[in-house]
Amino acid sequence: MRLVIPLAITFTAGMIMILNFFVPHQPFKFLGENLQEWYMIVASGAIFLGVMNLMHVHTRKIRLKRKNWKYSPVTIIGFLLMLVTGLIYGVAESKPFDYLFMNMVAPMGATMFSLLAFFVASAAFRAFRASNWRATLLLTSAFLVMLGQVPIGAMIWDKIPLAKVWLMSIPNTAGQRAVMIGAAMGVVSTSLRMIFGIERSWLGGAD
Amino acid sequence: MKNLSAFMIFLLLFAAGATLADSTDPPESVVTEAAEELEVISAVGLEASDTEEDAGGSVSLTWQMETVGSDPDSLGVIRSGPEGEELITTLPEGTVMYTDQTVDNGTEYSYWIVSYSGGYVQASSEVAAAIPSAQWIYRGRIGMLIILSLMAGVIIYFIESGKKGKELFIREIAGLAAVDDAVGRATEMGKPVLYIPGIMDMDDIQTIASMVILGRVARKTAEYGSALLVPTSRSVVMSVAQEVVKEGYIQVGRPDAYNKENIQYLTDDQFGYAAGVDGIMVREKPAAIFLLGTFYAESLILAETGRSVGAIQIAGTAMPSQIPFFVAACDYTLIGEELFAASAYLSREPKLLGSLKGQDAAKLFFMILIVVGVVSATIGDFWSPLKSVAEFLRRLVTVN
Repeated sequence: MRLVIPLAITFTAGMIMILNFFVPHQPFKFLGENLQEWYMIVASGAIFLGVMNLMHVHTRKIRLKRKNWKYSPVTIIGFLLMLVTGLIYGVAESKPFDYLFMNMVAPMGATMFSLLAFFVASAAFRAFRASNWRATLLLTSAFLVMLGQVPIGAMIWDKIPLAKVWLMSIPNTAGQRAVMIGAAMGVVSTSLRMIFGIERSWLGGAD
Repeated sequence: MKNLSAFMIFLLLFAAGATLADSTDPPESVVTEAAEELEVISAVGLEASDTEEDAGGSVSLTWQMETVGSDPDSLGVIRSGPEGEELITTLPEGTVMYTDQTVDNGTEYSYWIVSYSGGYVQASSEVAAAIPSAQWIYRGRIGMLIILSLMAGVIIYFIESGKKGKELFIREIAGLAAVDDAVGRATEMGKPVLYIPGIMDMDDIQTIASMVILGRVARKTAEYGSALLVPTSRSVVMSVAQEVVKEGYIQVGRPDAYNKENIQYLTDDQFGYAAGVDGIMVREKPAAIFLLGTFYAESLILAETGRSVGAIQIAGTAMPSQIPFFVAACDYTLIGEELFAASAYLSREPKLLGSLKGQDAAKLFFMILIVVGVVSATIGDFWSPLKSVAEFLRRLVTVN
């Protein structure tokens, strides 16, 4: 029974969603739409689990003075500050919650995003080495694309921007589509394995 | 006195005359407009039909507007049905279509469009009728249904072959073969293993595949005695990960080593999660990092930080835009379908290996289809039978 019930639920829900895609007739349309709404409700309700876990982990860290416990009060204060301002004043524009979000949270996110510029440069410096013919080809392509992206590329030779456009739209697109087709095959295979109960490791080892 | 009276009478007559002149002579422009007034245009060619490929309860109306005449202020859609005649909606002038979704299947409804001007009905179209009904299949998706059924059939065939004990060859996937080495390295160095399951929720198939691999990694870390840290970006993923890791530890007989606090929720925010995970990497200095699941812009931030702490990194995602970053920054990368093959590869179960072979066979079928399609589309401009083949293939793989 421990195996049968979850497998039956998985099979039923999976078949409903597949049939919902191909059959517009009721009740599949109704069931498909409602299953998706139910999932969103469950996921929204599950946020409380995450919040409880967050508070539990960090308060325990503070109480037991574990390694790096000094960062935990920052997390808890930040969480409570946003929660209290949102509950008391609301989340509308020009309220304290909105002020904190626009002036603290958003800039911090932008700061993290800006790190990408430096990380791309360091990763490119490591990756673009002419150690074999494949790496040399990669290096040449990257060089052409970067030159084609800036005005000086066209000043050096007016065909460089065209080469960049060709590289991005033909070989690059072909490669990306190949990856996507392979991934789509994997998605279908994995989904069918789970729906038909062939893949059971997600049940937590109850093979 | 006599002069004053005459002057007063003169003034009165002058004022009266001026007043009469204003009220009796209409402005020339009003007379001109009245003479040039045009008839208000009506809707023509009204067609009513059952809305295609739906669950019923819907009628689609299309029409055109006459071109000679003055535009109406608005249009009204009148419906005649079992409840009698009613105005069901008012539309702005210039509208040429409308879908009525307040009807019952199997009942005939008649429609006509009226043109309003100055608040009154000035023109009316002819009547059109339709009976709404529900359809059983989306005709534009039949091609996809055929392809999906073929794929499922091929996968099930190879699964059955695997069950019967047929030897199935799977090429080596370097990233998966290195999982044991990575966990062993962490054990030798006395450092934890960090597992990052991506930033999407459990409704994403990559996250599900990641959870499957997490179960196997959890068993390995339990066997070797290493700590396993799993920071998650979603509450549901946290709950699933806790159960998967716990079961993994129980399966190898180490339930005492399971620590629930090692699987923690950080935040739903993309870069907040990246910052939190980077902090864990820098403070805990894991010896092995697994980045398996759906990633977006934060992928390189995580991978580069992991590299900076000296960890061996095994990454896997089906996001084509993030794979190059992982290839550049990580030691091993599972590209696209290799992430979904991980479960079968690590377990070596015949049923799962059979599904991998079926997946490969389906891919071969698509490769042949692409070559045939490209050749047909290229030569089809010069030879019409091939053009028909190209058109057929295009309709087969198009989803409406």
